[in-house]
Amino acid sequence: MQSLKQQWFGNVRGDILSGIVVALALIPEAIAFSIIAGVDPMVGLYASFSIAVIIAFVGGRPGMISAATGAMALVIVNLVADHGLQYLLAATILTGVIQVLFGVFGIAKLMRFIPNSVMLGFVNALAILIFMAQVPHFLGEGTMTYVFIAVTLLIVYILPRFFKAIPAPLIAIILLTAVTFMFNVELKTIGDLGSITQSLPSFFIPDVPLNLETLSIIFPYALALALVGLMESLMTAQIVDDMTDTKSDKNQEARGQGIANLINGFFGGMAGCAMIGQSIINVKSGGRGRLSSLVAGLFLMFLILVLGNVVVDIPMPVLVGIMIMVSIGTFDWGSFKYLAKAPRTDAIVMLATVAAVVYTHNLAIGVVLGVILSALFFVASISKVRIHQNRGVFIVEGPLFFASTQNFIQTLEEAKENYVTIDLTSSHLWDESAVGAVVKVVTKLEEQGKTVKVIGMNPASEKLYKQLLNVSVSH
Amino acid sequence: MYQHILLAVDGSENAVRAAKEAVKIASDASLIEMIYVADFEKAKTEVLHAKSSESLMLERKRKIAPIEEVLRSAGKQFKLTILHGTPGPEIVKYANEKKVDLVIIGSRGLNSLQEMVLGSVSHKVMKRVHCPALIVK
Repeated sequence: MQSLKQQWFGNVRGDILSGIVVALALIPEAIAFSIIAGVDPMVGLYASFSIAVIIAFVGGRPGMISAATGAMALVIVNLVADHGLQYLLAATILTGVIQVLFGVFGIAKLMRFIPNSVMLGFVNALAILIFMAQVPHFLGEGTMTYVFIAVTLLIVYILPRFFKAIPAPLIAIILLTAVTFMFNVELKTIGDLGSITQSLPSFFIPDVPLNLETLSIIFPYALALALVGLMESLMTAQIVDDMTDTKSDKNQEARGQGIANLINGFFGGMAGCAMIGQSIINVKSGGRGRLSSLVAGLFLMFLILVLGNVVVDIPMPVLVGIMIMVSIGTFDWGSFKYLAKAPRTDAIVMLATVAAVVYTHNLAIGVVLGVILSALFFVASISKVRIHQNRGVFIVEGPLFFASTQNFIQTLEEAKENYVTIDLTSSHLWDESAVGAVVKVVTKLEEQGKTVKVIGMNPASEKLYKQLLNVSVSH
Repeated sequence: MYQHILLAVDGSENAVRAAKEAVKIASDASLIEMIYVADFEKAKTEVLHAKSSESLMLERKRKIAPIEEVLRSAGKQFKLTILHGTPGPEIVKYANEKKVDLVIIGSRGLNSLQEMVLGSVSHKVMKRVHCPALIVK
């Protein structure tokens, strides 16, 4: 891995430029995700500032961008609706604590247990939910709303083909906000949904009673936030690893996410995590080091301080258009091909993850369900033991363990020959059940007066076999 | 004689044909360097669809396998370099930095629709490299 100096100053020019691009691209998203969560735009903007700046110092994946995200916003909707902002901030702090602990105990290893079918389900469900969250903002809002959404989409998709220096969403915002003023178009604006404060975030302790009841309210949310945040962050880290052809410290990233959320909660920000889309924008714009994240955060704050009073005039349909673009970009369009080509069980896991998330509106539930389902499918698939019979020789193919011994026992016990050979060359005895099954079969066949030979046990299986048998003999 | 030949590959039929031309041009002393650019645009999809970073590496190597076979069976010296970025500019940057003697590239890659809209990678490469370029139909 690169030295700390390299991580900070190895790519100064590229990092500063890309940081500025990311800051510009972050603003509409931070505001939109705040609206999804049901809080003031400032909560998402402060979060994006704090997290981007803090993660620059404590993150484990230089060049990755973290801020307020849609995935986290979706988890906290109910908490905000039922208990308000102060509980959200308390939950954010607790999320940080949980993530730090996860990082300390090496959560990154567990990421290996999340199969790609669940990851695909995660991003697809996220895309669907982000889109669904936009529907109330345009359904029944009049023709002009649809026109503005359409124009926004045209701008964000066509303009980048010719001009890439400034993020297209920002151009759409500036252009269309100007149009509403020039032609006096009556549209809902961001100002109608919340206010923008042109000041730096300040430290305060969330105003919640410090008791068990509070904890019981915020803990389930904090746990879900911690899981979702780490999942998206470590997934994004893998993508940045690949794009930059460098390694990252995933456990440090987990701790860093925790530290960022912990501090962020005390400065009035909602929980956040790494962002796939923004991180790709950063790397594409030339960002590689920690400096890019720092610049993104600082420049974002600068823009809010300078332009805060203009931001409230941004028409909602433009923001909705940008969010539709975000959801289209988040969705993995290769998934349709995946559904057709992947093993049936993988396809089912992916669909189940999406269905669970869309039904519960909670990404954490989808992920947990998906992982459990895929683990069950995995056990089911490796517990298939095939037995080829050639006269008295029974060739066992596949691992023998607690879930796979049944078929083995049934087949062998029905052996008719007087001389039976059990060939374990293509098998492996994994546990007590496997050894027990072999012993049981041998005993039963010998009771019937047959001669039984067990051959081809590999060294590890033989060791386990002898070990377990000796133990049972000494009892 | 071309000592250092850069062969741009992407797993398409055209790239295999380009490899066959490279074999004709290369002497036994020349090195054919295959350049595969892992496209930034596809990074997210590729990572999410791969079971692990190791399987993603295998996946990319598999794409190159038919081309490698062409070079190996012809007994040429070759190596594979995987770059990350946007294919056109990345190939140009690498070719100019390494001062290669010749760039060989298939006229059309895998994504013909995109090339209809944006122009072909091979055209851009040809315009911007500082060395001779061979575009193979």
